[in-house]
Amino acid sequence: MTITANNLTKIYSEQKAIDNISFTVNKGEIVGFLGPNGAGKSTTMKILACYTLPNEGFASINNFSIFDNSEEVRKNTGYLPEQNPLYNEMYIREYLIFLTRLHKIKFKPLARVDEMIEITGLQDEMHKKIGQLSKGYRQRVGLAQALIHNPPVLLLDEPTSGLDPNQIIEIRNLIKEIGKTKTIILSSHILQEVQAMCNRIIILTKGKIVADDTTENLLKMNKQKLSVKVIFKKPVTNETLMKIKGVIKTHSSGEQWNIVSDDFEIREKLFDFAVQSGNHILEMTKESINLEQIFQQLTTNQ
Amino acid sequence: MISILIKEINSFFSSIIAYLVIIVFFAITGVFLWIIPETNIYDSGYATLDQLFEIAPWVLMFLVPAITMRAFAEERKSGTLEIILTKPITDTHLILGKYFAGILLVLLSILPTLIYYYSVYHLATPTGNMDNGGTWGSFIGLLLLGSAYVSIGIFTSVITDNQIISFIFSMLFCFLFYILLDMLRGLTILSSFDPLLEYLSINTHYISISRGVLDSRDIIYFVSFSFVFIILSQLIIEKRKW
Repeated sequence: MTITANNLTKIYSEQKAIDNISFTVNKGEIVGFLGPNGAGKSTTMKILACYTLPNEGFASINNFSIFDNSEEVRKNTGYLPEQNPLYNEMYIREYLIFLTRLHKIKFKPLARVDEMIEITGLQDEMHKKIGQLSKGYRQRVGLAQALIHNPPVLLLDEPTSGLDPNQIIEIRNLIKEIGKTKTIILSSHILQEVQAMCNRIIILTKGKIVADDTTENLLKMNKQKLSVKVIFKKPVTNETLMKIKGVIKTHSSGEQWNIVSDDFEIREKLFDFAVQSGNHILEMTKESINLEQIFQQLTTNQ
Repeated sequence: MISILIKEINSFFSSIIAYLVIIVFFAITGVFLWIIPETNIYDSGYATLDQLFEIAPWVLMFLVPAITMRAFAEERKSGTLEIILTKPITDTHLILGKYFAGILLVLLSILPTLIYYYSVYHLATPTGNMDNGGTWGSFIGLLLLGSAYVSIGIFTSVITDNQIISFIFSMLFCFLFYILLDMLRGLTILSSFDPLLEYLSINTHYISISRGVLDSRDIIYFVSFSFVFIILSQLIIEKRKW
């Protein structure tokens, strides 16, 4: 196991940020932490990166304990914190050279700096101060920071937040490329993000793990369900819809209802329901359940 | 530790902080030493730098907090502390790196005032007729006093993420330890604590060294002074983990 977390609990002033979390990550996996804001993604990462300690539980990276071998853990881990903090008054090269010194990289540190600048595509900007860079380039500097000592494990906290669509794709490709040789945990509250980069997803809500499976399995698990979008002419209520046999969950946005059911003939039943109650159906479409809905179900039902 | 030291020194010199501190220290001590009628050397009639060593601790009381207030407060506010603390470097080395960077800047501020020494040395009749031992002792005492101020400044920078708060607390503590404890000795209520107050006051040891005798007790005092504040800073950084 490259990363092990056992019953981690972290309490910030009486509030449990994470509550008894356990998981393991194998070498070469790219795992996505998914969850709404405040679900405990960042806290878990901070613990793994040795920035903060759990109140209960145990974690290790490459068999080095975060308690007893914190320095080894930090040597083996590249960590990109949320918001990507940087020294704005430093030049890119100056910053990376500073990092090679912190990591005590003895073997050709300057060559490593140039290599990082090339890998992250910072050549054109390398003579600028970090404070003058656009957000996309700042993110690249952040990635260079996490990668400079060539760690086997990467912890990336919201690596693409605040970037424009082109930049997101660039950073994603960069992470995928790097991910071929490394074990990565990345967090996001955006689903497509995790879907695009990770082969395994851990969904967190309110400090607890509500799902931990491969992306395909998570999708498969919900194949037995059907989701239908309906617009009725006259207003209907949640209670009356729930009375229809087979309806598991309803959700309305404006006059449009989203109905999840385990009955594959739910569309017929909805039609009958409309006729019986003297209502009319204006629109009805079948939707395939995607991760978005699974995510919604898992994180709002609690 | 060296990596942090180099980074701090670079950041002092890449902004105007370092130049400002060095120039302001040189200018203010110069004004008191050569220009202001009541304190200048010509009027005193003696070839001594006493005025310099009397005014310098007060000037440093403002300048050192200004140097050190950024040390941790800014890193904490901008979040870069999270990056540094998750690198393979111990908290002690991080603090010591910043501490020695501060001392280095104090040293760089004191160095130009050697020109005053050179001038007075040559103004004296006959040339060189001044208390050389005492003057060198005072320079060393001033550096040690600076190191004590820096340790206070590092500590107050650790306890807050607000630089202004750090600056004010730092100045307050410097004032307290430099002279206030010494002044309190006059109070009858505290008379039983007199020896303790005297021992704790920076001024006692500063004056003692400026006589030109490097007493090991004074050196030990200054070293332990910094040691205590560095340990306190370390405890506070350690506490974040919980």
